[in-house]
Amino acid sequence: MADEIEPTVESSSLSFSPKFNLDYAPALESTSIVSIDPEYGLFIGGQFVEPQSGESFTTVSPSTEEPLARIAAASALDVDRAVKAARRAHTKVWGPMSGRDRAKYLFRIARQLQERAREFAVLETIDGGKPIRESRDVDVPLAAAHFFYHAGWADKLEYAFPGRRIAPRGVVGQIIPWNFPLLMLAWKVAPALATGNTVVLKPAETTPLTALLFAKLLQDIELPPGVVNIVTGAGATGSALVEHGDVDKLAFTGSTSVGKQIQRSAAARRVPLTLELGGKAAHIVFEDAALDQAVEGVINGIYFNQGHVCCAGSRLLVQESIADSFVDRLKQRLSTVRVGDPLDKNTDVGAINSAEQLGRITELVAAGISEGADCYQPQCSLPDRGYWFRPTIFTNVQQSHRIAREEIFGPVLSVLTFRTPEEAVAKANDTQYGLSAGIWTEKGSKILWMADHLDAGVVWANTFNQFDPASPFGGYKESGFGREGGLQGLSPYVSLSSNELSSSTGGS
Amino acid sequence: MAERLDVQKTYKLFIGGAFPRSESGRTFALVGTDGSLIANVAQASRKDLRDAVVAARSAQAGWAARTAYNRGQILYRVAEVMEGRRTQFVEELRRCGVEASAARQEVERAIDRWVWYAGWCDKFHHLAGTVNSVAGPYFNFTMPEPTGVVGILTPDAPGLLGLVSRLAPALVSGNTAVVLTGQASPLTAVSMAEVVATSDVPGGVVNILTGETHDLLPWLLGHRDVNAVDLTGASPDLEASVVAEAAENVKRLIRGEPDDQSPYVIADFCEMKTVWHPVGR
Amino acid sequence: MVTPSPRPGRLDEVSTEVATPSASSVFAPRSRSGVALRVTPVDEVGLEARAKTFTTRSIKTTSKRAAIHLAISCIDLTTLEGMDTPGKVAALCRKAVRPDPTDAAIPPVAAVCVYPQMVPVAVKYTAGTPVGVASVAGAFPSGQSSLSVRIADIEQAVADGASEIDIVISRGAFLSGDYHYVFNEIEAQKAACGRAHLKVILETGELGSFDQIRKASMLAMAAGADFIKTSTGKVANNSSMPVALCMAEAIRDYAEQTGEVVGLKVAGGIRTAKQAWHYLVLIGETLGADWLTPNRFRIGASSLLNDLLLQLQKLDTGRYSGPNYVSVD
Repeated sequence: MADEIEPTVESSSLSFSPKFNLDYAPALESTSIVSIDPEYGLFIGGQFVEPQSGESFTTVSPSTEEPLARIAAASALDVDRAVKAARRAHTKVWGPMSGRDRAKYLFRIARQLQERAREFAVLETIDGGKPIRESRDVDVPLAAAHFFYHAGWADKLEYAFPGRRIAPRGVVGQIIPWNFPLLMLAWKVAPALATGNTVVLKPAETTPLTALLFAKLLQDIELPPGVVNIVTGAGATGSALVEHGDVDKLAFTGSTSVGKQIQRSAAARRVPLTLELGGKAAHIVFEDAALDQAVEGVINGIYFNQGHVCCAGSRLLVQESIADSFVDRLKQRLSTVRVGDPLDKNTDVGAINSAEQLGRITELVAAGISEGADCYQPQCSLPDRGYWFRPTIFTNVQQSHRIAREEIFGPVLSVLTFRTPEEAVAKANDTQYGLSAGIWTEKGSKILWMADHLDAGVVWANTFNQFDPASPFGGYKESGFGREGGLQGLSPYVSLSSNELSSSTGGS
Repeated sequence: MAERLDVQKTYKLFIGGAFPRSESGRTFALVGTDGSLIANVAQASRKDLRDAVVAARSAQAGWAARTAYNRGQILYRVAEVMEGRRTQFVEELRRCGVEASAARQEVERAIDRWVWYAGWCDKFHHLAGTVNSVAGPYFNFTMPEPTGVVGILTPDAPGLLGLVSRLAPALVSGNTAVVLTGQASPLTAVSMAEVVATSDVPGGVVNILTGETHDLLPWLLGHRDVNAVDLTGASPDLEASVVAEAAENVKRLIRGEPDDQSPYVIADFCEMKTVWHPVGR
Repeated sequence: MVTPSPRPGRLDEVSTEVATPSASSVFAPRSRSGVALRVTPVDEVGLEARAKTFTTRSIKTTSKRAAIHLAISCIDLTTLEGMDTPGKVAALCRKAVRPDPTDAAIPPVAAVCVYPQMVPVAVKYTAGTPVGVASVAGAFPSGQSSLSVRIADIEQAVADGASEIDIVISRGAFLSGDYHYVFNEIEAQKAACGRAHLKVILETGELGSFDQIRKASMLAMAAGADFIKTSTGKVANNSSMPVALCMAEAIRDYAEQTGEVVGLKVAGGIRTAKQAWHYLVLIGETLGADWLTPNRFRIGASSLLNDLLLQLQKLDTGRYSGPNYVSVD
């Protein structure tokens, strides 16, 4: 029936039917909106100060490998200065301040972030390599939303914890990762300030610039000096903060291995701690799912932010009956994913954050191939300079393969199959992690059954990678403990007591 | 008439619903204030601890899967059975040196605490769970879930009330427990186990190990299949290196008060799960 | 009443007689070649999120002219008014054949789209040109006439020279679950088209959900549609990016499951070059470049053509142009 396939209009032989190819333009976001200083000091007591260590390091743009700025490296002495500044600010200013006034400062921060959103977005993309589409549409608006949300809590805490007396912890030490630099700052700083704590924050060494721009924003809104202190540096700076004797609470987002080191130190000294660590999320697709949306969910679940996402849906569990066609469709969809200059508004997948991370991804992908999984990558061209990795799909993956067990933290999807809901749950939970999971089915009762049985702090059903300040986020098992966002995200930052008795809620 | 000779009780461990002796064959002598032998109490070994964790793990999913109404009834049943053994518990506390009226009061409060927590089973979700107003077309809710297998180091004092105050809130949400109780008040701990065993609590949900907690704690904290440990009963001089073992599997460490009674304690033994779903036609 | 031709397309094992409304409401369509079709569920929120991503793509300047030419060539230049006259239709046809008399490089549109009464006029003024004549027929836009009246309407339009027929489905029957009825009606009307091509309008704004749109798309394709079309332009909700995406995905499914190619026509409310570009991106990323041709993609529109011409003037002059610089017809 070949003659029926093409509906040609016979009565009018069309003269114009060229094969047209979609040719997107590099639509580069202007970088003129940001100005990067040649060097940055530490933000302590409301001022940028020289590090006592006298040492500094370079932050580079991962998409060009160009050096961007020299950044001060905080030593233990510098961290001590920051903690002292935070302690002073807590005792003298922020602790005694009314919730109403704390709220107003947080609202100011939220508004400033909204007003200067494009500047933060461009800087985030330059320093971290993520597509401008994401920094512009996700990271920065969500960061502002977190401050706006928590601002509203500052003068309403008695309603958050009925029946208990509430006190701030005091000085909190916070260490954040490089995958969502400004957003993770917001997740940490907003609830800490809303509950009356002061902060010493250490950004990741590869992505310090938006935190330092945030410090300038804090000067502009006249936040009292010392309420937020930002100490830049690498692991040694983080250790100094963790080990400091006068920090009342620690919060860390990052890898599980570093998280365990921090827990060892904090647990031994009974310092309250929250951890948001790694993940190896199962993304489960049933045959009765809305498959086109499931394809989008799976693509977004693993390639969003180059897969540098702790809750990334890195293990696709697809029902065996549709596995082949679903994987075909994923590959088809991958052909329209655009990899390249993160400042290009058409770019879907940007640069890998660092040479080190690129090395880790490359190593694990090589392991996947040598263990016998089938590797698929679209043949897109990559820029000459910078750190890049093609979006990758592994099929024929076994549960025991390293690529099915270890967190790759890159744009690499491992595809496994299952036959029954029980088997899907068993495979999904067969990991030391428990941060997130995804379910795709049109059957409501099955969604609730699955959600009930999955060991994960966040379950996305018929969607994936959604975030909101009102929605608690955090893991089960080795993905950490404590929640960020929502009512449940406040408790780690307060100590609660009843009339004569006190009980710590975030004591773990 | 000759005075009747007492039948003495053997104080054993409680693992998986059974009352075994320690696999090590060891006991410790519980001696009264007057120096007389009260009982030889089983001294749990690390292998007993291992078995208890296995029992707790295999019972956990089933306990959590029961309806909250059912768990509430079972915990209330514990109070009922305990009520019938009031004099026994008072007597045991007294043998361990607690003054008569204090012992009576402690037993009564312990029974009432079971009743109080039993009633929370189908209510604490109202407090700990939330529906979250996210900025998008999604329905989003957060619900508490049991952490899993929890280890509980009971406070030395109040021996009975402290045990109940930490164990009951852990059971409310569906956790199963491995309870380590020291040499201060093992008698009521074992009797508590007997109450649990006769109160429709499924085997393995509660496991009680008496013995040298100092020796067992490193094994409990380092155990990869234990999700949380309640250190409320830990002595202040517990070695830092032992507590650090908890990081082995990112264990939740809970520190509360020995005599606290609060829904916030229930939440301390919970995970929070957040579920998103689109709202559309 | 016309007896439908014995084509192999069928909805389950029903006869080619028009089914009564009491027919089974089980939806189990088969393709023209007898393949059992699977209809994929649709999640509205995810669909809308994906549809939005197509609107953020930027086009290379060097490709812009080709894109505008393509969009023009895909237009069904439309007038569907009670006040249509031969004079109005004649003017429309001249615009369709030579959209801009000062620029011969600009291609003609694909077709003009008129009511049946105006078909002879349109045929006269497009004779000898590549521009087709499409007629809405079959009691457009409601479809609320007897099947025999609708078939007579179609036959008249075809006899008058229409090369393409745009019909509506019976939304009432579809919504009441009488899929056999809708299927058989389309099949009968397809037979009445003879050599003319059939576009089946789903009137998505009246179907209530994307699941229904997806289902109606599969049903229409199975029953013989050469194109499936979003809307009449006569109700509140016309074509939108999510609707077009939903239908494009159905077309892709149908092609995958049967090997048969069906086109997509979007209509209603498409007035700007930017909208047209968004649809081209949607088609390109969903169905592939093979569908970026008037043989497989149409835009039902009237004022869109002038906006595309204005964009071409911007390309030529480097200045933003205005409506005074293009002809109204």
